[in-house]
Amino acid sequence: MVSGKRILTDFKVFSRGYLRNKFGLFFGLVFPVILILIFGAIFAGGSTGKVNIYAQNLDTGPFASPQLDIASTFLATLNDSSTITVITVNPSENFSKYLSDHSVSDGIVIPADFSANYLAGQHVNVTVYGNPTSSTSGIVSGTVGGYANGFNLNYFQTKYKDTTPAIISITPATVNTQQTKYIDFLIPGLIGFSILTSPMFSLVNISSEYKKTKLFKQLSLTPLTKMEWLASKMIWYIVLTIAGFLLMVGVGVLAFGAHVAITPWLIPFLILGPMLFAALGMLVGTVTKNPETAGVIGNIVTFPMMFLAGTFFPISSMPQYLQTFAHVLPLFYVTEGLNNAMVYGNISGTIIDIAVLGVITLVIFILAVKLFKWRED
Amino acid sequence: MLPIEVSGLKKHYGNLKAVDGISFTVNPGEVFGLLGPNGAGKTTTIEIMEGLRERDGGDVKVLGFDPWKNGYELHKKIGVIPQEFTFFEKTTPREAIIYYADLFNVKVNPDEILKEVLLEESAKVNFDSLSGGQKQKTGLALSLVNSPELLFLDEPTTGLDPNARRAIWEVIRGLKAKGKTIILTTHYLDEAQQLCDRVAIMDHGHIVAMGTTEEIIEQHGSGERLEIHGDEKLAEYLKANTDLQVEFNSARREIFITLRKKIDALAALAAAEQSGMEWGQIQTRQDSLDDVFVKLVTEPIGEQGEASTEEKTGKKRRR
Ligand SMILES: Nc1ncnc2c1ncn2[C@@H]1O[C@H](COP(=O)(O)OP(=O)(O)O)[C@@H](O)[C@H]1O
Ligand SMILES: [Mg+2]
Repeated sequence: MVSGKRILTDFKVFSRGYLRNKFGLFFGLVFPVILILIFGAIFAGGSTGKVNIYAQNLDTGPFASPQLDIASTFLATLNDSSTITVITVNPSENFSKYLSDHSVSDGIVIPADFSANYLAGQHVNVTVYGNPTSSTSGIVSGTVGGYANGFNLNYFQTKYKDTTPAIISITPATVNTQQTKYIDFLIPGLIGFSILTSPMFSLVNISSEYKKTKLFKQLSLTPLTKMEWLASKMIWYIVLTIAGFLLMVGVGVLAFGAHVAITPWLIPFLILGPMLFAALGMLVGTVTKNPETAGVIGNIVTFPMMFLAGTFFPISSMPQYLQTFAHVLPLFYVTEGLNNAMVYGNISGTIIDIAVLGVITLVIFILAVKLFKWRED
Repeated sequence: MLPIEVSGLKKHYGNLKAVDGISFTVNPGEVFGLLGPNGAGKTTTIEIMEGLRERDGGDVKVLGFDPWKNGYELHKKIGVIPQEFTFFEKTTPREAIIYYADLFNVKVNPDEILKEVLLEESAKVNFDSLSGGQKQKTGLALSLVNSPELLFLDEPTTGLDPNARRAIWEVIRGLKAKGKTIILTTHYLDEAQQLCDRVAIMDHGHIVAMGTTEEIIEQHGSGERLEIHGDEKLAEYLKANTDLQVEFNSARREIFITLRKKIDALAALAAAEQSGMEWGQIQTRQDSLDDVFVKLVTEPIGEQGEASTEEKTGKKRRR
């Protein structure tokens, strides 16, 4: 029978011990904030230079010769500019949906027959998407406009030695997608990072050390049950996670002007996440023979998640096989869910992530409690 | 019903018979010692009694409970310090006592318990900053929180300096005076002699002797003997010129002569004098517990009267 009083008793002693241990506090709260400050500073202020523009080229030919594929030449020229990097979008995509799904606002659509019309001297229209409130949209429309003019001039100079009407015109299209900055993405990523590392490392360590030093046996001689013991650790790491969450969001917003949404949809992640990794850490500590092996296995389980589950950089920027691999990492559903809820406002995606996370947590929790032995036989 | 009744207890780890069919009982208010070298099976035995390990065979009743099946109930009535007791690093002895009291749902005065185990000065020091003796006293304090009548102490003084050991002994004597039944394991002979009413000497999973230390010495020791400090030549001379039983211990340069009758001593000394050789101090002694221990236990004894820690594998089993 689970006793709330005993959980509270153990919670008090554990949290007090944790707070007295500067080391744990550093890794639990200070370290993630330092990471935000470092990574935020590195990538702050659009210092990456070029703006990404998503281009959908509907002019798929066929062309008699590659020289006649003016649309591709136009995009290649844009890509060579000092301000823009062109990212190609498959012609089969619904473009505005694509932009919003990827939380980007800058895009360009080249119509079908662009090349043919251009060469025939007939008017063609290019649609440029942008969010007027975003600093990048000016860069994009300016650049695209400039190059369109260049192409127009070029055409008339070569054909008619003349500079009259424009063949390529630009229609602006407004999209409301908030541009995702690196810092916006970094905050959920690093929250995921601390949801993983604090409980995981700590429980791997505690459960293997307590086994070795017979502290578990010692505790088994009291009325405290192993479920109560684990529950108290989980509660502590939920508290720590929420504190870390507030701290990291605060620093991200105040120091770097991050755009992140705080919604109730985040709560399941802040609860399930620490529970999952506390249980996983305990599982590792339980199935291994000694603290040394536990540490090694713990690292083997933790490190791929630390880097490949969308913590420091977006999954979408990784090669396809790593993206596939990421889907087996439990942390992936935490970071994806946090991103969906905080950055993309994608609630249906969030709900799926919560469901997957819930199932994983349940499985790991049951395994940990089943395999974990207070005493030996 | 006796507090502890063990009969035919067996426990093996793979092929190793750690405890091989031992039987004993412990009386109320008694301090009972399991004495033996490392690897003898003391911890295995005591942890089976505490309900921390499952036995492979035999019967064990502790306060009438089967310790493995009814561990949860049993644990409310016993106090335990495991071997090499440790606790949460950043918790003070006082906090630890309160923690235990809350878990057991009992009201205790922490300061009273701290006083009982002579730990008042260190009440507010984190566990990881305590000395070995203070850590062990913390363990004692915790084992007392639920006011148990029966205490299990697994090597309570191993690794402590002589003063700390004496302090722990004092605490244990105090507990005995309050009528508690205590089972302790030790590989220190002096500890067994100082504290225990009765001792079971364990070796390789067997009990090789049991009783009060006097009884054990009487049963397993040789009788009185004369010891003469001298060299091997003298020993040879005595052997050749008397019909006494003479042994020579070259390490201690000591000649041992078994005294079947008191008068044998006179014959031995007369012969020694006659030899014209040098000889030094003489004394008569009985086997001490040390001597008996050496005879009974296949493990050699280390320098400080402490059973050697090395485990000799492949050695022939006793019995
Ligand atoms: N959990 C275990 N697994 C395997 N062997 C063990 C285990 N516990 C003890 N042993 C072995 O059983 C023997 C008795 O050990 P133990 O009961 O700890 O002796 P003692 O406490 O007298 O030193 C030793 O040889 C030890 O190595
Ligand atoms: Mg032992």
